[in-house]
Amino acid sequence: MASLKDLRSRIASVKSTKKITSAMKMVAASKLRRSQDAAEAARPYADRMGTMLGRLAAAVGGSQGAPKLLSGTGKEDVHLLVVFTSDRGLCGGFNASIIKATRIKVRALQAAGKTVKLICVGRKASDALKREFGDAIVARYIGVEGKKGIDFSAATDVADKILALYDAGEFDVCSIIYNKFVSAISQVVTTQQLVPFAVPETDGQEEATGSSAVYDYEPSEEAILADLLPRNVGVQIFGAMLESSASEHGARMSAMDNATRNAGDMIDRLSIQYNRSRQAQITNELIEIISGAEAL
Amino acid sequence: MTDTTVLELVSPSALLKSEPVEMVVVPGTDGNFGVLPKHSPMISTIRPGVIDIYAGGKVSERIFVAGGVAEVNPERCTILAEEAVPVSDIKADEAQARLEAAEADLKAATTAHDKANAERAFDVARALIAALSN
Repeated sequence: MASLKDLRSRIASVKSTKKITSAMKMVAASKLRRSQDAAEAARPYADRMGTMLGRLAAAVGGSQGAPKLLSGTGKEDVHLLVVFTSDRGLCGGFNASIIKATRIKVRALQAAGKTVKLICVGRKASDALKREFGDAIVARYIGVEGKKGIDFSAATDVADKILALYDAGEFDVCSIIYNKFVSAISQVVTTQQLVPFAVPETDGQEEATGSSAVYDYEPSEEAILADLLPRNVGVQIFGAMLESSASEHGARMSAMDNATRNAGDMIDRLSIQYNRSRQAQITNELIEIISGAEAL
Repeated sequence: MTDTTVLELVSPSALLKSEPVEMVVVPGTDGNFGVLPKHSPMISTIRPGVIDIYAGGKVSERIFVAGGVAEVNPERCTILAEEAVPVSDIKADEAQARLEAAEADLKAATTAHDKANAERAFDVARALIAALSN
């Protein structure tokens, strides 16, 4: 049985762990609030971009002049997956679930005879995937989230890389895999197709003047579309980065909350054990003294 | 009361402006166009330049945008811009530094892709300086 001194030092160490985890929880909570605000602030742009693109795509339709980003390359042989994880760990199942989903997806695509390429955003993705699919990783981005949160230029860097690869004919289909933020305790792994552009379903709530009116296009539908589609890639990446960051902080917050609670339970258990063995020792000593006195 | 149209200026990170205005002049790729209330619907790309917001027949606010798209319909004018700053916040030396950096990038660019990017940055920087001078 552990001695009293051992128990005392155990309790002290668990206590300091608890302090650390509860501090990390506070930090994660405040970062979560900030990244949630950022994700919300970015939504209007993405929404309006989406409606505008939907309208344009409907106008251009399947015509011959449609840009490649809309119509695709006509093949589906090479898939590019962009995986969003965090740079740091200690955030529960956040990274593990993304990596698991990626692994399943890559295996399924490979089994279907397709070539897979990967772009890893965040250190954890490339760490976990480089052993298995090291050859498939074409680019990795680390340190996306700076001191002041996520900058749009980080997203354009990734988007530029994707577009350059697409122009060079390096892949046919591109999807992003990221954690969509639902709440602080729930994140959903989401796969979304980026290239070719999937025309969103038009929601019936558009104002009458919106979708039914005939739009003038300046310079032309095709030119605007050619300008807008690459921008849209950047916007989608940016959105995924923000969602992923909010999810990360949410996951870390709940993971640290659990850890803090577990540490508290452990301290309680250890204290009981400590008190019991202390009392047992006292009782023992008393028995020894009494039986010693009786023997006289 | 004069008629107004709603101007919405949106950047990727925030909804910068959403307010009724009398008229707004947007630097379209094919030339500037003014948007008054009940403008016919149109979508246009924007070149780097200055958006002029009019109130009471005079320019009340000038905002620099580094390109984007504008969607106009009879009730509103939505501008999606990747970068938007009020002209009064632009610093001349920063703009100059940006121009020089873009110029250096343009010279260093080797691939067509890099070159196109650098050219775009160069155009933005030049428009930024032009925005200051008038």
